[in-house]
Amino acid sequence: MGEKEMSTYIRSVPNTWWMKRKPYFLFMIRELTSVFVAGYCIFLLVLVYKLTQGVEAYSNFVAAMRSPTSVALHLIALAFVLYHTITWFNLTPKILVLYRGEERIPQGLIAGTFYVGWLVVSILVAWLVLGV
Amino acid sequence: MARSNEPIWWSLFSAGGMVAAMVLPVLIVITGILMPFGLAGDDPLNFDRIHSALSQPPIKLIIFTVISLPLFHWAHRFRFTLVDVGLKSVSTLIAVLCYGLAIAGTIVSAVILWNI
Amino acid sequence: MAETMKLEIFRYRPEKESEPTFQTFEVPFREDWVVLDAINHIKDEIDGTLSYRWSCQMGVCGSCGVMINNVPKLSCAAFLKDYYPDKIRIEPLTGFPVERDLIFEMDDFMTKLTEIQPYIIRKEGEEKPLDEGEYLQSPAELAHFKQYSMCINCMLCYAACPVYALDSTFIGPAAIALGQRYNMDSRDQGRDSRQELIASHEGIWECTFVGECSAVCPKDVDPAAAIQRAKVSSTVDWFKEVLIPWGKKK
Repeated sequence: MGEKEMSTYIRSVPNTWWMKRKPYFLFMIRELTSVFVAGYCIFLLVLVYKLTQGVEAYSNFVAAMRSPTSVALHLIALAFVLYHTITWFNLTPKILVLYRGEERIPQGLIAGTFYVGWLVVSILVAWLVLGV
Repeated sequence: MARSNEPIWWSLFSAGGMVAAMVLPVLIVITGILMPFGLAGDDPLNFDRIHSALSQPPIKLIIFTVISLPLFHWAHRFRFTLVDVGLKSVSTLIAVLCYGLAIAGTIVSAVILWNI
Repeated sequence: MAETMKLEIFRYRPEKESEPTFQTFEVPFREDWVVLDAINHIKDEIDGTLSYRWSCQMGVCGSCGVMINNVPKLSCAAFLKDYYPDKIRIEPLTGFPVERDLIFEMDDFMTKLTEIQPYIIRKEGEEKPLDEGEYLQSPAELAHFKQYSMCINCMLCYAACPVYALDSTFIGPAAIALGQRYNMDSRDQGRDSRQELIASHEGIWECTFVGECSAVCPKDVDPAAAIQRAKVSSTVDWFKEVLIPWGKKK
C-alpha cells in the first residue's frame, strides 16, 4: 500500500488557473468587480467627508468630479459594476427556487423581477438625488 | 455542531451585493456622466441642498447602508479571490485584513455621518 | 483516402516512469464515433497498454470521465466530429491523484459520498413500522429533490471546480448535491445530522459559486444551485440559533 501511494502522481494547480479557460476568466472578472464596488463606496465616503469640511472643500471636490480623470475612472467603474449587477441578478434563480405545485417558477421570471426592481430603484434614486 | 460562523459574513456579502447591484450603477451615472456633463439640472449637488438632506437621520441611515454594506460585499469576495489565486496559507490573515477594513470603513462613515 | 485524427493522451506508468508523458495516436475519423470509440480503437489496434475506465457507453454509468482539451467530459458523450480536424488532448480528470494513464484515485470522492449520509434518516421513534405501509409522497414533493437524485457520480463537477483543485478537503459539488437530495426529500428528517458536514468550513462555505460544476454536469443536476440553497438555509439556521438561543433545536 505504501509503494502504491508513493507512485500515485499528484498534479499541481498553477495560480494562473483562471486564465486557462474563458468561464474561469469571466468568473475572476466577476470577483474583481468587488474592488470597483468598494472603490466607489470610498468615493462616496470622501464626498460625505468633504461635506463636513465646509462649502469650499466640498465644492472643490464636486468641481473635480468634472475632470477627465474622474469621468474616466467613473466609466471604468461603471463597466465593472454593471457586470456585477448583471451576473448578480442572473444568479438569483439559482438561489430562489420556487415551485407552484410540481412546476418550477421559470428562471427568467425570477431574474426578470430583479431587473424590474433595479429599474424602479434607479428611477427613485435619480429622482431623490437630482430632485427632478 | 461544527457550526461555522461564515453565515454572518455571507449575509453581509449578500446584502452588500444586492445594494451594490441595485443602487451603484445609477449613482455612478449621476456622479460620472450626468453631473460632469451638465445633464443633471441646475447644480443638484450644491452644498446647501446636500448638507440639509444629509442632516436628516433617515437619509444618514440610507447613505450609511449604501457605503457600508457593499464594503462587506467586497471584503468577503476579495478574501476568497485572494485564496483562489494561491494565498490559502495566509487565509486567516487575509480574512482579518479584509473584514477589518470593511469594519473600519463602516465605523468611519458612521462617525462622519453622525457629525453632520 | 481515409480521414484520420490525432489524439494526444496522458500516459503515466508508475513502474517505469516518475513523471507523466503525452503520447500521440492517429485514429480513423468516423462521423458517428465518440472519443471513447477512438480510445477503444487505440487499445484494440495500436497500444494495448493504454488504461482507462468505461462501461455503459451511453452516459448513465459515470465511469468514463476525462479532460478533453481541458474540459471535463464523458468520453462516451464527446463526438470526434465536434473537434475534427484539430488534435484532441485527453487527460485524467483534474484534482485527483493519477494511478495510471487516465485512471485516477477516487477514494476521496467515495469517502465524501458516504460521509454525507445518503439515505433516509428518521428521527427517534418516527420510523414507520412496515405494517403501516410506505411513506407517501406527492409528485410536487418529488419535484423538489428529483433533480439532485439524477447524479451518476461521474466526478466531472469535481474536475471543473477550482476550489477542489486547490484544496481537496472541500466536500465538493456532488456530495453536497447528494446531501440536499435527502434534505429536500419529504420522507427524510436527517438534515440536522448532515449539517455537521454541509455547514462546516470544508462544506458549502468554501464554495465561491464559480458555477462550472453545473455547466459540465451531463445530467443537469445543478450542484451549484444545491450549494447556494444550502448556504441560504444554513444562514437562516445560524440566525435562528443566535437570535433565538432558547428555541428547541430539532
